Amino acid sequence: MKKSLTLVLASALLLGSAQAQNVTLTVAAFPSLDSAIKAILPAWNKLHPNVTIKLQAQEYADHHNAMTTALATGQGLPDVMAIEIGFVSKFAEGQGLENLDNAPYNAGQYKKLFTPFTIGQATSSDKRFIAMPTDIGPGTFFYRKDVLDKAGVNPLTLQTSWESFIEGGKKIKAKTGAYLINTAASINNVIIRTNLKPGEGIYFDSKNNLLVGPDNARFVRAFTLSKQVRDAGLDAKIGEWSNEWYDAFKKGTVATQFSGAWLQGALQNWMAPDTKGLWRVQNLPEKGFASWGGSFYAIPSKAVNKQWAWEFIKFMTLEQSSQITAFKDNGAFPALLAAQKDKAFSEAVPFLGGQQARVLWRDAAAKTQPIDVNKYDSVAEQIVQTELTNVLEQGKDIKQALSDARAQIARRAR
Amino acid sequence: MQDRARLATSPPRPRWSYARFQQRLAPYVFTSPFFILFLIFGLFPLGFSLFLAFHLWNPLDGLGNWRFVGWENFALALGPTDQFWVALKHTVWIGLLSGIPQHLVALPLAFVIHQFLRRWQGSVSTVLFLPYITNAVAITIVFGMLYSENLGLLNYLLHQIGLGPVRWLAVPQIVPYSVAAVVFWRYVGWNVILYLSGLQAISEDVYEAATVDGASSWQKFWYITLPLLRPMMFYAFTLTIVGNMQLFEEPFIMTGQGGGSGGAALTSAMHIFNTAFRDLDMGYASAMSWLLFLAIFVLSMVNNYLFSRDGGRDV
Repeated sequence: MKKSLTLVLASALLLGSAQAQNVTLTVAAFPSLDSAIKAILPAWNKLHPNVTIKLQAQEYADHHNAMTTALATGQGLPDVMAIEIGFVSKFAEGQGLENLDNAPYNAGQYKKLFTPFTIGQATSSDKRFIAMPTDIGPGTFFYRKDVLDKAGVNPLTLQTSWESFIEGGKKIKAKTGAYLINTAASINNVIIRTNLKPGEGIYFDSKNNLLVGPDNARFVRAFTLSKQVRDAGLDAKIGEWSNEWYDAFKKGTVATQFSGAWLQGALQNWMAPDTKGLWRVQNLPEKGFASWGGSFYAIPSKAVNKQWAWEFIKFMTLEQSSQITAFKDNGAFPALLAAQKDKAFSEAVPFLGGQQARVLWRDAAAKTQPIDVNKYDSVAEQIVQTELTNVLEQGKDIKQALSDARAQIARRAR
Repeated sequence: MQDRARLATSPPRPRWSYARFQQRLAPYVFTSPFFILFLIFGLFPLGFSLFLAFHLWNPLDGLGNWRFVGWENFALALGPTDQFWVALKHTVWIGLLSGIPQHLVALPLAFVIHQFLRRWQGSVSTVLFLPYITNAVAITIVFGMLYSENLGLLNYLLHQIGLGPVRWLAVPQIVPYSVAAVVFWRYVGWNVILYLSGLQAISEDVYEAATVDGASSWQKFWYITLPLLRPMMFYAFTLTIVGNMQLFEEPFIMTGQGGGSGGAALTSAMHIFNTAFRDLDMGYASAMSWLLFLAIFVLSMVNNYLFSRDGGRDV
């Protein structure tokens, strides 16, 4: 009796010490995802007081360079790695991240809970699912209501077709002097990303065939319409993230902007807070739906605390309350479908003149099709951008530019 | 015989003694940090990049997962349509636009300071040297504001005299000049300092003798200063060639990763960086690094040849 009591006591002590054992989980992230994590941390700490989160936040480019180096050498890897949309396909093709479809994660059961296209973005060409989506960026069409009203242009006509978009632009320019768009290149960026056929990526198809070229209608149209806008003097010729860009938002010298839904938060918080109530949003022209940003969480294969890493990722991505906290903190649009049903989504957005914009974005996200990604997308993107500039700035022939781009990409995509 | 016996019975010398360590090993121990650091941070990356130049390697696949491709990476870079040539052309063009004026201005300026502004030499040099030690990010942000199309000072001044706005960082033909101006501004002071120190090494006696002979200031500059400055000019030219061929910070921050409109300011170093860290094609990037090294080596040799011709054999 006495002996068994001692045994019980001893095992209880052991169990207690095991539970109280402190774990430190390193999480590497970039702005403004780090701010979302900080906002969610109190809830996590309440649930798991013995698991301390060590947040390592670096600037966007520094973070991804550091993660690339860590994956290359297998040294200095965090337990949880945040990945932005621009890098997720590259990281998926590498072999350094856990396949979350496998045990003990078995993430397959959760896939249907997310906005469908994000799952494709985090899946490698050999069908490994390497990261859980946390936020998405539904593509949307911002316009200045005051400028359009002054010009007498109905915003819906800008949305019908690209041709009517340009016609409307001419009217806006003539009546108000405002430019239609910041740069003609953004028209190219929307057209090559939208209305893709199944199995098509932006630059390559699912069988790695190169799509860029003078015979591809999508690229010819994208280049042609961009050129038309430039020739008609409808673009302000200013790049994104420049002082001119912010200035144009403040002064209303540019009437429309294609972007992710997150631009609303940036406009409201720092770019042009004084323009509150002047902006509205609608869907992209010709019913184009596109993904414009997004973030993911992955577990490196050489991470130390994989079990806790998975618990943390589930808490960030599958918990509705976490997703809503991130949304409220910095407008990170939830990837979790259930979180998109929160009542915050049907609330009016004062900055957009009381428009129920989030419902519109939710529908846009649901209609966005998965796009096949390729590890040479960044190579193709740079070459296509350069050739487009040659067309816009130096009057290079469009067919010639596209066949030059094709030749250059084909050499690099080995 | 007796000696030999004594030798045989004398106790063996201790294997380790402090005095012996001091004499024989200590120098190696004390100089070893340099060699160890050089091996890790100097020689190893050099060897590794040469190794990678012959392989196809995506760093995300981890160490060891590389594929030998022979000369393919070099063939790719040297292919007729590749961006390597475009980037190299931009680099050389921006290098010439900034490098030649640098020396054309720095040399006479140093001469003027040396001859006529002796009292103010310290403060003048400090002012000229400031851009060189200022952070590149700060400089490019300031110049970005000067060059700004709608809000910039330059276009404001142009507007005052009735000229239209110039898109300094947007028109591919103008961008190299805009970037070169910043590079010129940043390094001209450095060259002035180099030339000043060269001038100070020239003996006053020579100038005095020339003055006695009735030489004018121009004659002194042309027949005394220039020839005696040759070693310093060679040094300054070499530094400019090496520096300009590796130009990265200024165009990268001012025009972005892609080199701005039409990639007009995409230099070789930027193209290598993009290939390695954006496209994750380490082998190709390494091959291009070696080709860039070769280009710098050839240009330096040409510089050396030009300087060692006609009378400069002592250089």
